[in-house]
Amino acid sequence: MSVDQNGGKPVTNTHLLVRYAKRGKMRFASHLDVARAFERGVRRAGLPIAYSAGFTPHPKISYAGGAPTGVASEAEYLSLALTSKVEADAVRDRLNAALPDGIDVIAVTEDSGGLPASRLTASEWRVVLSGLAPESAVPIVQEFLALTEAPVERLTSKGMRRMDARAAVASLSVEGPDASDDMGGTVLRMVVRHTAPAVRPDDVLNALRDVSDVVPAESKLIIRLEQGSLGESGVVRL
Amino acid sequence: MPVESVFPQLEPMLPLVRKPVQYVGGEVNSTVKDWDDTDVRWALLYPDAYEVGQPNQGVAILYEVLNEQPGVLAERTYSVWPDLEAKMRAAGVPQFTVDAHRPVGAFDVLGVSFSTELGYTNLLTALDLAGIPLLAADRAIEHPIVLGGGHASFNPEPIADFLDAVVIGDGEEAVLTITRIVRAWKAAGCPDGRDGLLLAFAATGGVYVPRFYDVEYQPDGRIERVVPNRPGVPASVRKHTLLDLDAWPYPKAPVVPVAETVHERYSVEIFRGCTRGCRFCQAGMITRPVRERSISTIGKMVETGLRSTGFSEVGLLSLSSADHSEINEIAVDLADCYEGSNVGLSLPSTRVDAFNITLADELSRNGKRSGLTFAPEGGSERMRKVINKMVTEEDLIRTVTTAYSSGWRQVKLYFMCGLPTETDEDVLAVADLAKKVVAAGRAATGRKDIRCTVSIGGFVPKPHTPFQWAAQCPAEVVDDRLHKLGAALRGDRTYGKSVGFRYHEGTPSMIEGLLSRGDRRVGQVILAAWRDGARFDGWGEYFSFARWTAACAQALAGTPVDLGWYTTRERDYGEVLPWDHLDAGLDRDWLWEDWRSAVAPEGAGEVEDCRWTPCYECGVCPAMGTEIQTGPTGDRLDGRRLLPVLATNGR
Repeated sequence: MSVDQNGGKPVTNTHLLVRYAKRGKMRFASHLDVARAFERGVRRAGLPIAYSAGFTPHPKISYAGGAPTGVASEAEYLSLALTSKVEADAVRDRLNAALPDGIDVIAVTEDSGGLPASRLTASEWRVVLSGLAPESAVPIVQEFLALTEAPVERLTSKGMRRMDARAAVASLSVEGPDASDDMGGTVLRMVVRHTAPAVRPDDVLNALRDVSDVVPAESKLIIRLEQGSLGESGVVRL
Repeated sequence: MPVESVFPQLEPMLPLVRKPVQYVGGEVNSTVKDWDDTDVRWALLYPDAYEVGQPNQGVAILYEVLNEQPGVLAERTYSVWPDLEAKMRAAGVPQFTVDAHRPVGAFDVLGVSFSTELGYTNLLTALDLAGIPLLAADRAIEHPIVLGGGHASFNPEPIADFLDAVVIGDGEEAVLTITRIVRAWKAAGCPDGRDGLLLAFAATGGVYVPRFYDVEYQPDGRIERVVPNRPGVPASVRKHTLLDLDAWPYPKAPVVPVAETVHERYSVEIFRGCTRGCRFCQAGMITRPVRERSISTIGKMVETGLRSTGFSEVGLLSLSSADHSEINEIAVDLADCYEGSNVGLSLPSTRVDAFNITLADELSRNGKRSGLTFAPEGGSERMRKVINKMVTEEDLIRTVTTAYSSGWRQVKLYFMCGLPTETDEDVLAVADLAKKVVAAGRAATGRKDIRCTVSIGGFVPKPHTPFQWAAQCPAEVVDDRLHKLGAALRGDRTYGKSVGFRYHEGTPSMIEGLLSRGDRRVGQVILAAWRDGARFDGWGEYFSFARWTAACAQALAGTPVDLGWYTTRERDYGEVLPWDHLDAGLDRDWLWEDWRSAVAPEGAGEVEDCRWTPCYECGVCPAMGTEIQTGPTGDRLDGRRLLPVLATNGR
């Protein structure tokens, strides 16, 4: 139950969990860009979105930490509150018709659990590197995994932050060659715990470069494949 | 032959530049057509960053008008920031459209919208990146026709060497005329090449082709005359005036940006033109007469516009929105229609003396309360008479009292500095006004947290206005007055914290003045400044006055003219002005009389608005065959019909 902003009348909201992807060109959208797109998307879709109370009401949409700008994802999450019940699959279809291509809703489920940090504790990433052969990558990865710590620094909005990339990495493997790369490339797969400050796949790459400078400074493509809780055999989908 | 997207080459650069999302397109309501299904292809350039250019109403309208035509394709292109420009040059990636990432050089027409003269260097960057020769004379049949439009194009002479053609006035019908001419010319096998097409444009009387005119100068630097240099070219070129705005309800479904932009709202132009007669205002002079859009059409446009975009703010756009004959009905009915839907209304341009309690209530009823800005422009009553902005201090105090009483805590006031006949006292009067505004707000609300922000910049005389003959105030005088004003505002502890002060330094205005009233010789200055690195001159962090003065010294060496000649020099009646052969419909003698009346020693004369008083014979309607189109229509919007289209908050 929440309270409507205009009369104190109690309203029962329907809470939905939305899993969505950030694909192709839309991977260059920032977290705020995606949030604006969803706010307009729910309006275009004509969904009965709930608004917060107060002087400047905001649509009730909350976002789990988004993939960084430039990083694609198949596993982003948000939750939204509707003032009346709309079937989950209809919400998915209406949103997809209303959002830009590349911000694609994959699944909608009724779920009032919200998005606390405890539900999303790790992510699985696929990282494509060009100019590095898989056979060169394997020993570098092995050396990294043997480290007890791998300190890296990144400039954030809060200043230069120092973090341990090794501690955050639950698993890291060389998946194989990048078939799309004529010049030779490697695909890495990694499971990274959600920490504060967050260790991102490019932080792990920096740590790999500290092991060997043959690791390229920029990745060709990074995709978040899965997000959820950390289980025995990897990330368990939320 | 299909034109390939350059996105594969662009993509690896995007992670390395600031705000890459502005370059990727793919926005809701953007249009991509098959290249080979179309025969007339337009690239529309707004020569500034995406965040400024994307919300531009003119480009949004033409993009839809053109794309609605079968066989016609229109895509948008914007200035790339220097970080991306450097990478594109290094990798040989050309200027591209954001819609399908096609190279701009492959289009038939590159239409460029100039809202401000400070975009001229960005035009050169875009042309250069596109592989289009900078000088129109160097272009060949395979290059796009570079076509200028927008308010600044009413004096295109400074960029005449870079443009193939110019349209002045409303673009909706003009782009369709040009499309028909291009189509016929291409279908006929491009007879007589580029000149054949340009001659066909010129023959309409409504397209200016600079190279078909020769400019001759007197020994002292003034223009002797501007004459056509071949048959079939008119001595002067007419502006375009769209009549019946209800027949052109664009934009219907504007592009919804993914990137953050300066205006994020569905804007509907509630009328075009303004006849208030403010003497400094180029927009008000060149867009006459007033043509209102009816309340019914506005209601329909807002309905489809919000549904197609998902925006939560409606901007009621015009040069002076509270002057619409049914503005109260529009505001009340729209607020009724969207009651409970968190859709906010905003009036981006509101006259002090037209604001009222109804508007105050309706603008704050739903959604977020947008900022309130009023533009008295002059600090003293005497100054406001000179510029014919007849707003009294009582008007202003009454209006801000209404606003503060209705819940606003802050209002913004715009002023100009360096107006004709201005003295230090006129500018210092701004400080008194701001203090009275805050005092009125405190008295009306009993609150201490009342704020008033004063925003002030240097006045730039503009072509086709009564002040087109005026001497621009030197930058150092403007800066001195602004510093004195700042000291006066900060000096009073009673109001110090309640009054915000924002000002623009005088030097960028001098360059804007040069580009506004310049002639063809200024083209070489622009070229020199651009070669020296001038980019994004409208942005303080990129603008360099030293670069521009050096470019003036270099490019104008050996001529009798210089920066001061173009800016701080008063012109007399007999001087041929660079834009005299471009006809905005304004009677030159009427403009001159109004100029003399403004600076008359006995005090400025007043010109009233021809919507409410007899015609004062500015000359536009008879010259252009147009008429004032205003309501009231007596119609109302039906809230019950409109309401279901939007999500509500459940009540």
